[in-house]
This record gives sequence, structure tokens and C-alpha cells, in this order.
Amino acid sequence: MTALADPTIGRRSGPDRTLVLWCPDWPVTAARVRAGLAADAALALVDRGIVFACSPVAREAGVRRGLAAREAQFRCPDLVVLGYDRVLDDRAFEPVIERLEDTTPGVQVLRPGLCAVRSRGPARFYGSEEAAAAALIACVTGLGITGARVGIADGTFAAEQVAREAGSAPVRVVPSGDSAAFLAVRPVTTLVETGLIDRELATLLRRLGVHTLGDFAALPDDRVRHRFGAAAARAHRIAGATDDGRVVPRVPPRHREVAFDWEPPLDRVDQVTFAIRAGLDDFVSALAASRLVCTEVTIEVCTEALAGAGGVHTRSWRHPRWFTGADIADRVRWQLQGAGPGTSELDAAITRVRIIPERVDSTADHEQGLWDSGPDERIHHALTRVQGLLGHDGVLTAVNGGGRLLRDRRVLVPWGDAAPAARVQPASARERTESAPWPGSLPGLSPATVFADPPRVLLVAPDGAAVGVDDRGVLSGAPASFSPTLRPEGLGPVTAWAGPWPLVEHWWDPVRTNHCQRLQLVDGSGTAWLLLLDAAGWVAEARYD
Amino acid sequence: MESTRRGLETRPAAAGFSGLLPGGALKPGSVYTVDGSVSLVLALLAGPSLAGSWCGVIGLPDLGPEAAASLGIDLARLVLVPTPGDQWLTVTAALADVLPVVAVRPTRRVSETEASRLGARLRQRGCTLLVAGDWPLAEARLALRTNTWSGLGFGHGHLTGREVLVAASVRSGPSRTARMSLGGRPPDAPGAQTADLDLTLSAQRSSEAV
Repeated sequence: MTALADPTIGRRSGPDRTLVLWCPDWPVTAARVRAGLAADAALALVDRGIVFACSPVAREAGVRRGLAAREAQFRCPDLVVLGYDRVLDDRAFEPVIERLEDTTPGVQVLRPGLCAVRSRGPARFYGSEEAAAAALIACVTGLGITGARVGIADGTFAAEQVAREAGSAPVRVVPSGDSAAFLAVRPVTTLVETGLIDRELATLLRRLGVHTLGDFAALPDDRVRHRFGAAAARAHRIAGATDDGRVVPRVPPRHREVAFDWEPPLDRVDQVTFAIRAGLDDFVSALAASRLVCTEVTIEVCTEALAGAGGVHTRSWRHPRWFTGADIADRVRWQLQGAGPGTSELDAAITRVRIIPERVDSTADHEQGLWDSGPDERIHHALTRVQGLLGHDGVLTAVNGGGRLLRDRRVLVPWGDAAPAARVQPASARERTESAPWPGSLPGLSPATVFADPPRVLLVAPDGAAVGVDDRGVLSGAPASFSPTLRPEGLGPVTAWAGPWPLVEHWWDPVRTNHCQRLQLVDGSGTAWLLLLDAAGWVAEARYD
Repeated sequence: MESTRRGLETRPAAAGFSGLLPGGALKPGSVYTVDGSVSLVLALLAGPSLAGSWCGVIGLPDLGPEAAASLGIDLARLVLVPTPGDQWLTVTAALADVLPVVAVRPTRRVSETEASRLGARLRQRGCTLLVAGDWPLAEARLALRTNTWSGLGFGHGHLTGREVLVAASVRSGPSRTARMSLGGRPPDAPGAQTADLDLTLSAQRSSEAV
């Protein structure tokens, strides 16, 4: 309110003096740090088979944006090719922004790798605009990011162009009032690259004889508005450096994670869950006060043994609805105990537990309906109670998976977790989808019992010798009697059989390789079996009972 | 005890069972035992599941979900508790509170007292319990008499179909038998045409008293 009375702070026409910090090749830097590669590695990020960005070393070798990945590898044989992950860009830029906000407040993130600050405050604090720019670059360099550039000019757009034009110098300043002249010689397509106008309009302007930003800015303001609309009118003002847009600093997000530290460390599960209980209730109610609920958390557990090595035990947990404090305490307990209801004693004392809300949602999306939300919710409560009794893996839902062996096709998911198909997975895990054809999988009837731990069985030829399969895939004798256990007194006649059907999987991988023969039979009691012959002998894969 | 709510009166069983079960359907609050056949348990669950109910299966760690799906059970509404250990009775009671049909394989014999206490809870909640094993107070006991397999020869072919003769001994009245197919639909058949499931095709039942 007092600001309006002050003539120097009142709203002037024309843009603010703006400082833009640009980290070139940000996606490459983010991916390089994530993958732990050296700064001079030849790296290319590939999006759908096309190079999206590449490191300076790769660029020297002839790799360009838009090249096919295969062509890029041809030009630069030691190129490291990684998939482009848009989320990683934002995620990696967040700590940089936090560090910049410590140096100077009021940072606006334009894109990952590019941010703007009003230069007036920092310039006054550090003595000059150059000194402020040097301070910001030193701050970023401290995080291990090299090659950052700063441009200072009137307005965000002009400052961004200055930063990109800086050449070898890290800082370039265009004096106040000279920005229009600086921009005038740039081509009109510069506006397309920053998303201010679309490509169609740029083509139209070129065909109308408007080639540079100077030409565009020289057009009368009202004509541009009438002919091309409001967005183009804004671009027109920006091209002439007369736009009065301001730097809009972001509101730093609140940190919502909670951490519990213990000195001396705790060595019993019930101590840990008791100690975090009240804190978790506060955590959930703090979220609720912001009208948020948490649907996914990451729990980090740091033990005394791991603390020296700097390691933590991390796991993400999802909830079918949303977490209450007791639900998170249950997850911590399950994570500490491992699978199944174990003892309360821990093998390593816990020094620290950190709860990070991975995904939050507006409470409005989780309000109870007046009608018809009843049954599923009751089921969920009962199943959660059973999970509390038996552990997280005690209650499962089944999904049909892909594979040739029946136990690969059975996928069991703990209640509340996402089905594997919904998870984001690397390509190697995604290959096991149900919809793939799976040649060699079992046709016909599906057995009702699929042994998780296949029992050994006996299969005997008429001459009393165990049935085997030779290298050509031929049975050594027709199966005559069968015993579902290894004891010979359990032998009964075989009334029908077929096989052997060879099954060869992953023959190229010595660890995962699986080479076996399948055989189907009906025994004397009328039960049908599916048998597998591996190196150690016959096992029952499944029973049709 | 007569239920006063019409919606709770019966629960549809798959068509093959209509001549077999007393009343032609699964009764809420009743216990049915199935001797030795997991497929038969799944076929009994399939009727309510097709009608939109949630189902629970307790104590069957080796259940094949593909067989369940091929018999018509909706896997999205199937809850498995494979290894309840000693707590199977507690878990059964907890699930019976909320799920309309629960199948369980007991790990030990239950006493009459435990059975009648659970029975009261089942009647109150309207839950149908299928027991793969023995149970003292069962409405009907189902058992497989014969298995007839088709498709498998002596050294050739593969299993393509299964026809079973199921016998039901009822607490009151004569026991009955019915012949039904437990084939399910072949996995490569297009679509989940639930109406023409194999179970519904085979209503040829032989109702001689055994």
C-alpha cells in the first residue's frame, strides 16, 4: 500500500531490468549427473529414436539434434546413448533453484536450465550488475555445473537472448535502453523458439517481408493486434522491448517430509513405531490443513551399520486410498520386519527414519460420496486389518502375467500396490506382458493348482527305468507309471499322456537360462498333471484338480 | 432362520450347479464343503463373481489365477490370502464380514463350537463359505466322482476339455449327482463372452439318487 505512494517503486512502463541465468544443455547435464558420467563423456539423449540433446564432446564429433540414434552412433562410436526423461530435468533443476534462492530471492523458473531474477535488488546488494551475475555463476559452479551464462537486459526475453549470445564470456550486459537495438537484428523465428508465436505466424511474417524483430517491432501496435490477435500483440511488444511484463518469482514449495532421529539408536520395531506415531499424525494433519492427502510415501530407514557407509534403505509404498498416520506406521513396521510377521528384534539399530510424501492429492478428489462409496471402503478396511495381522504380503490380488512357465504367468500383487503393468518399468521388465504371443506356452486347459514350490515326482517306463529325454528330444520309454511323490510305493498307472514338449528360454544368458521338457499325463485316479523335466529330474509344475 | 431381506435370499450359482445344490443356488450364511478339487471351488465362486460380487480365497497358496479367470472369476474382485498360518479362522471371520463369498482351506479340524460361532457370523453378514476340506455343519458336501478328460491320447494331443461327475450329499434329502464341464474357455478364444461359458452349456444332469 505504501509502495504506491513511492514514485520510484510505482509501476513504470517498459520492462524490468532482468538477469537471466542459462545452463546450456541442461537435459544432458541432468542425465550425466544422474548416470554418474564424466563431464567430458560423449553423451546423447534420445527421444523416440531421435537425438534430443547431446553433450559438447558429442557435438564436436558431428552429433546433432534431430539425428537418428543409429546415425549418431555411427558418427561417434563411443557415444553413450540414454533415454530422455523430461521429469528428470525438473527434478535435477530443483536443488539448483534452491541454492539460487539462498543467494538471491525472487527466482522465476522459465524452463529447466533457465531462470530469471529482477536484477535491481542483487545489483544493489553486490554493488553492480556484473558482480551480481558473477555471484550467481559462482553459486551454480559450486554445484558442479559448468558453462553457465548470464545475460542482463530489459525484460526476460531480451535477457535470455543476451545470455545465449554471450559467446565465450560468461556474463554479458546490454545497457538499459539498448535492448530494442540488440533485439532488432535477430530473426523473427527467435520468437518461435521461446514459444511466443507459432511457426505458422512466423512463416506468414516472413512472406510479408518481416524478417527481423526490428521489422516486426516497427509495425503499428493496433494493426498487429487487429491482424494477428492478442498473442501476437504481446510478442510485438516484447520484440520492441516495450512489454511491461515482470519477473514473477516462484513461491518456494514447503518441505513436507518428516524425519525422526534417535540418539542412542533404537533396536526394537515396536520402539520405532511408537516413537514415530505422534509425529506421523502431525504430518498427516499438516497435509490435511493444506487440503492435501498423501497417496504414496517413500520411507528411508538409516541404520547404525549403514550410517558409516552413507547408505539408507529406501522403499516406496502406495495406498489404494490415502494414508493416515497409523497406515504409515504400519508401512514402517513392514519395511523394518521384511516379509511376514517377524520378531520385534532388529539386527541393526535404527538411527533415523525419514518419511517423504511422494504423491499428494487434493482432498476434494478423495471426499466420500453420499451414496455408493460404502462396499469397497468396507472391504478395504477389512483387508487392511488382515494385512496388519499377516504383514503387507499377506493379502494379495492376482494378475495374469506373461511367460511360458505357469508360475511366471501368475503375478501376485500385495493389496494396495499398483499392478506391475501400471508401474513405470525399464524395458527389460516390461517385456513380460500378457498380451505378447508367448510361443511355447501351454495351450488348452489351465490348471487350477500351480505349484510355487514344485514337488519332485517319479515317472517310470514299463521296464522299470526312470523316463528320460535324449538330446534329440525323444523319450527313452513310454511313461507307464507315475508317483506324485518320490516314493516308489506311490506308483500308479498312467492312462493318457503326451509330450515331451521342449521349452528353451534365455539360452543367451547363462544365469537366466532355462532348458526343460514338458509332459502332460492323466494318472490312475483320474487327476491330470503337468510335469517338467529339468537337469535334476521330473517335477510337477501344475495339477489339474 | 428365514431372512427378511429379499436381496439376500440366494446368490446365483453357475448354471451347472443349479440341479445339484439344495434350492438351486448358494445360500447366504451357509457352508458348503468341496472335497479335493480346487477347480470345483473356483467353479462355485464363478457364479457370484460373474454377478459382480467380491470373492476371497484363503489358504490356497498354489492357486492358478489363469484357471480362475478361465472359469469366469473376475480377478479384479478376487482377494487372496495364501498363507494365513494359524490365524486362518480369524482371517476367515474378518473377510466374511465384508466379502459375500469366501473359500477357505482349513489347516486343521475345526470344533463344533468354532463352526457354530463362525456360522452365526456368516448368517448375520450373509456370507457364503466354501470349505475345501471338512466342516461340521455343512449345507451340502460336494465331491468329484469321475473325471473325463478329452484331447489327450497315448503320446499325442493335449488336454482340451474336462467333464466331471459331481455328487452332492445334502443334510436333508437324497444326494444328487450332476455332470458338468469344467473346461473353461480356451485362452485364445476371442472376448470374455460370459454368457456362453462352458459351464452354462452343460446342464445335462442325471438326477438319479445315489
